[in-house]
Amino acid sequence: MRDSLLSIDDFSVVYDVDPPVEAVTHVSLELRRGEILGLAGESGCGKTTLAYGVQRLLKAPAVISSGSVTFRDISGEDIDVNSLGQEEMRRFRWDKISMVFQGAMNALNPVATIGSQLADVFEVHRPDMNRAARRDAVNELLEIVKVGAARSRSYPHELSGGMRQRVMIAMALALRPQLMIMDEPTTALDVLVQREILKQISQLRHEFGFSVIFITHDLPLLLEISDRIAIMRKGEIVEIDTAERIWTAPQHEYTRTLLSSFPRLTGERGVVVR
Amino acid sequence: MTTLEFDSVTKVYHVRGAGQMKALDDVSFTLSSGQTIGLVGQSGSGKSTIAKILTQLETPTSGEIRLDGTPIPRRGKGLRDYRQQLRMVFQDPFASLNPYHSIRHHVERPLRLDNVVPKKEVEDEVRRLLDRVRLDPDSVIDRRPHELSGGQRQRVAIARALASRPRLLVADEPVSMLDVSIRMGVLNLLADLQREEGLGVLYITHDLATARHFSDEILVLNQGKVVESGTADDVILRPQNPYTQELRAASPDPESHFASAPGLSGGAR
Repeated sequence: MRDSLLSIDDFSVVYDVDPPVEAVTHVSLELRRGEILGLAGESGCGKTTLAYGVQRLLKAPAVISSGSVTFRDISGEDIDVNSLGQEEMRRFRWDKISMVFQGAMNALNPVATIGSQLADVFEVHRPDMNRAARRDAVNELLEIVKVGAARSRSYPHELSGGMRQRVMIAMALALRPQLMIMDEPTTALDVLVQREILKQISQLRHEFGFSVIFITHDLPLLLEISDRIAIMRKGEIVEIDTAERIWTAPQHEYTRTLLSSFPRLTGERGVVVR
Repeated sequence: MTTLEFDSVTKVYHVRGAGQMKALDDVSFTLSSGQTIGLVGQSGSGKSTIAKILTQLETPTSGEIRLDGTPIPRRGKGLRDYRQQLRMVFQDPFASLNPYHSIRHHVERPLRLDNVVPKKEVEDEVRRLLDRVRLDPDSVIDRRPHELSGGQRQRVAIARALASRPRLLVADEPVSMLDVSIRMGVLNLLADLQREEGLGVLYITHDLATARHFSDEILVLNQGKVVESGTADDVILRPQNPYTQELRAASPDPESHFASAPGLSGGAR
């Protein structure tokens, strides 16, 4: 039994508009150290709101209306994320939990080199590092994600979509976080590039031991890469189990509906009926 | 029986500063009524160029397109008649419908332009078409696109495409913008219509799984060339070309994943 990294307990988010919309309702979730947890659901189900809420990245009118998030740091300290002050929160983010955003390929600043954007992370979070150490760290990151240190002076438009996504992964990896949240990281990419990126995420996870929350609507993809999968609908997690159990013995009707939304690539022709 | 021949078509674009770009290189296929052909490939492989040439939004650099043996006229009434025979369903139902106009307007316009039915029967025909795509005519006919869901909008787009009673339909990624749980509903609708009306459908997609499910034959396009073609199961289950094999290996396939590695989880292979 692997130990727990993140405990989400009775977590709710309400969009405080008229009438109020409950985007996430009473979600409880235990994330283990080193595991890949898939979070599957359709648009509007609350999966992105949950991911943002955990890091307190939500903006008004979204309000966390109940629950707690506890981060069990590798040092042994338990961090109550909701009670962190502004400065503590700033330091916590990216250092402990980093994120690869939806459409991240377009999240880079078009008028700055990728090297300087990666160096920014260290400048903000590791103020003790000098310029040379930052440059070495940036080059190392670019080598790790196989973009290559030689590209550190390239601008985003000089790179392909897949390369830009690797740069975003390098940025998320920069401070060696214990958890990486990835929100549809490969949705805009071609299937061949997607597979390359997934392989890389998997390798990095083995090498650095971080946990991943991988958010997507693509259930077949999640079934292949996840240890466990949580199925989300209308703000609730309706089912959570190992990928294999979700595939062979889904319990909730909605999980079966999602499975039957995808025709089989191989095997008998037709959709998956459970 | 309607047969469309796409014969040795090459399309070259001239890109300023970069010389020539061959978007299609000697592509040939035949689409007949009653048949669905899946056209798969990555972005940039030339799929959409084929759609544009089929609808004559672009003209080929060389090669010819024939409908029942007759080359497609480049302009005038002949071109309009051809377009009445071949209709298109676009990828984005949020962009392909006009936000100013009601659903009625969208579906009756082709009816009026092509004089499909006498004027006094237009309203009935609009309702029949909406019913055909499993929309409730009473509840949607006076609405505007923004009041409908993505899936409903795509059904409207299909009703509009069917209005001129075409023999052939080109569907360019018709469900990739829709929520996953309603995709199969729209694809099944297209499949039913294809069977019942004997349509010939060209289904353009990057998704091998739905291509296999809904196509009789599949063409694999890579960098403007057809690298493999055959029956859907042959191409997907027994791919011969290295590029097709690569595509197939990269596509998510939980079936084989759990069959080959029971109990194993984590780690994309």
